[in-house]
Amino acid sequence: MTDLLYARWLMGTSLAFHIVFSAVGVAMPLLMVVAEWRWRRTGAPHHLDLARRWAKGAAILFAVGAVSGTVISFELGLLWPGFMRFAGPIIGMPFSLEGFAFFAEAIFLGIYLYGWDRVGPRLHLASGAVVAASGALSAFFVTLANAWMNHPAGFDLVLGRATDVSPISAMFPPGWLHEVLHVLLSCYAATGFAVAGIHALRLRREPRSRFHRTALGIALAVGGAAAVLQPLSGDLSARQVARTQPVKLASLEGQFRTERGAPLRIGGIPDPAARETRGALEIPRGLSLLAFHDPDAVVRGLDDFPRDVWPPVRRVHLAFQAMVGLGTLLAAVSIAALWLSWRAGWRVPTGRRFLGAVALSGPLGFLALEAGWLVTEWGRQPFTIWGVMRTSEAVTPVRHLAAPFWIFTAVYVFLAVAVVALLRRQIAAVPHVDAAAPGAPETETAP
Amino acid sequence: MTPADLLGGAILASVACYALLGGADFGGGVWDLLATGPRARHQRTLVEHALGPIWEANHVWLVLVVVVLFTGFPPAFAAISEALFAPLVLLLVGIVLRGAAFTFRAYDRPDDAVQRRWGWIFSMASVIAPLMLGTSVGALASGRVRVEEGIAAAPRLAWVAGFPLVVGAFTAALFAFLAATYLCVEAAPADPGEAGRPGGGLADDFRTRAVLAGIAVFLLALAAAVLSRRQAPLVYRGLTARPWSLPLHLATGAAAVAAFAGLLARRYRAARLAAAAQVALIVVGWGASQYPYLVVPDLTLESASAPRATQVALLWALGGGALLLFPSLWLLFRVFKGERPFSAMDRPRR
Repeated sequence: MTDLLYARWLMGTSLAFHIVFSAVGVAMPLLMVVAEWRWRRTGAPHHLDLARRWAKGAAILFAVGAVSGTVISFELGLLWPGFMRFAGPIIGMPFSLEGFAFFAEAIFLGIYLYGWDRVGPRLHLASGAVVAASGALSAFFVTLANAWMNHPAGFDLVLGRATDVSPISAMFPPGWLHEVLHVLLSCYAATGFAVAGIHALRLRREPRSRFHRTALGIALAVGGAAAVLQPLSGDLSARQVARTQPVKLASLEGQFRTERGAPLRIGGIPDPAARETRGALEIPRGLSLLAFHDPDAVVRGLDDFPRDVWPPVRRVHLAFQAMVGLGTLLAAVSIAALWLSWRAGWRVPTGRRFLGAVALSGPLGFLALEAGWLVTEWGRQPFTIWGVMRTSEAVTPVRHLAAPFWIFTAVYVFLAVAVVALLRRQIAAVPHVDAAAPGAPETETAP
Repeated sequence: MTPADLLGGAILASVACYALLGGADFGGGVWDLLATGPRARHQRTLVEHALGPIWEANHVWLVLVVVVLFTGFPPAFAAISEALFAPLVLLLVGIVLRGAAFTFRAYDRPDDAVQRRWGWIFSMASVIAPLMLGTSVGALASGRVRVEEGIAAAPRLAWVAGFPLVVGAFTAALFAFLAATYLCVEAAPADPGEAGRPGGGLADDFRTRAVLAGIAVFLLALAAAVLSRRQAPLVYRGLTARPWSLPLHLATGAAAVAAFAGLLARRYRAARLAAAAQVALIVVGWGASQYPYLVVPDLTLESASAPRATQVALLWALGGGALLLFPSLWLLFRVFKGERPFSAMDRPRR
């Protein structure tokens, strides 16, 4: 492997690792605050128990997210000094503001986790709310930087140098809102479903557990709402890509020829050598309709672009199909949950088959999130900054990048194993015998 | 005062905060590693209690340094990353393992073997990180990092030399000294002790450790000063030949003496304030001695500056952020470090 490839692998591994913890850091505080808020309202002890246990999980995951995020901020320079030299002054602002959001998150998470008996109930709940809000704000700022890489703005390019830099317009490049929305929803959907999956699994074994039922209700409400909204935000994003990054859209869809009334391809494997996508289920005019809201719109194919600006078409297409497919599944499960819960008089549905479906959906949100992140990153190749700087121009002159790659990979594997073991321990520690006396009338309502 | 100077000041202030807060957390890890004697377990518990709620917030100062550097002075950030690749990678490994192991230990099984395993990783990482941080700073100050046409010149081994490595050891000792002084204050309410001896045995443990670490700080500072004459000439000149050199050294020395006196007299809050002042003055002294250079001798604040529009916007962002940050930090310390979190006076015991 070349050093460039090692640099990309190291950055990719670091981000793929960090993104899980940062998504949890965005959504988990919301779940724990909702649980605590329910406890303050109802006084039911299992709500408090839930808030405390979720907070412990959040603490473990947030710590790993905090340190792995630090690695990323250094790696921007360690691996991509060319990128930072050029882009630092233009997109440093959202990173700096993210620093303050991170401060707020860390400070108030400290108060939340260690302050149960030290601060008043209102301050405690408010601290949790600040953690949830600043987590979302962090994701907002970081996604702004990524949106800029997809659509650089806020400067003029003169002889390869940026002039007339306007850091404020660079913060809000075209399409920023769509991307931010998509990322935030993905955090809530992925985390909500992962948490719901764990509790659904436990609920199948202990159908009477109020603890797990409440947990499932809150997690499904958050994750399900996000999963239902996500296709709408995906539509906005796809239309943005169609307008501003046509070669990326062509790769997403495996569209080689420029076509009026282009079909939507579901599945299939693009063959860049033969310039065609085989084995896809084609819905006539579907792509034109979705991408431009006009069945006769012209969709530019990869053929319209020089070969050296093509992204890795096959990988981008497959990742995109995975993301859309998994997202659709989650939206379907969410709608089923809504319907079942309505039929049960707005209680959390606990049918065995439904719980099985939720348990199986548990990991899908994070798989979709990772796939979506691969789509946007691979889809931007060969550029680091779309149309401005190639990844090969951004990479460090430092050699022997295999060493840091393997060091960090080993660290991440070690941490992943430790986190899974610790979370299993936390989950196993939930008492099996529920607080509710056997046969006692169920008075609780679903959140 | 140009925006570049102000931003340089903000970076220096953040480094000072990182040293005073995050540095002490690393020092706490050092004392976890070196916990001995009949109260070894209590020493570790005290460290854990002291760090638990605050280490993540303290850690963000470093992130702030990085983002301000790459926004305000991108060529310097890029060149530093290239030149100090190896020590920075090791610093990161230390940071990751320290934070993760500390948290994992808090939430893993309470039995000794498991706790010791995480504790060992936590404390080893707490030693490596300040060593590498100090080594990187030493390399930057030494003038051995050369930048040619914007790119750090190969071979990138500027940090493998006496001066940077001694500065690394100095940093680790300084953090350990700071932590031990803080822990004396923290031990006092935890362990009422005998009359006239606030903190009793546990505070005495950290008092001894603070004094020993303080002596190590002094010796390593001496070694660094001697080495700097040959290996970091610009900083040496900055430290010795400028009009403010003498007053600054006198102030730092006075703070160090006051910290020792406070420790010996068991006036722990006073000692803590003096030790903090000493560390802050050392950071300021480093910054002042290499002013106006960011990377001695090729990049200055001026030559590495981002466009003015960026620097001005960044200053506004820092100002606005500080308005939110400082009250929040005060709240954090008020909740976990007692009613008078920053007080210098030891109240007479009732």
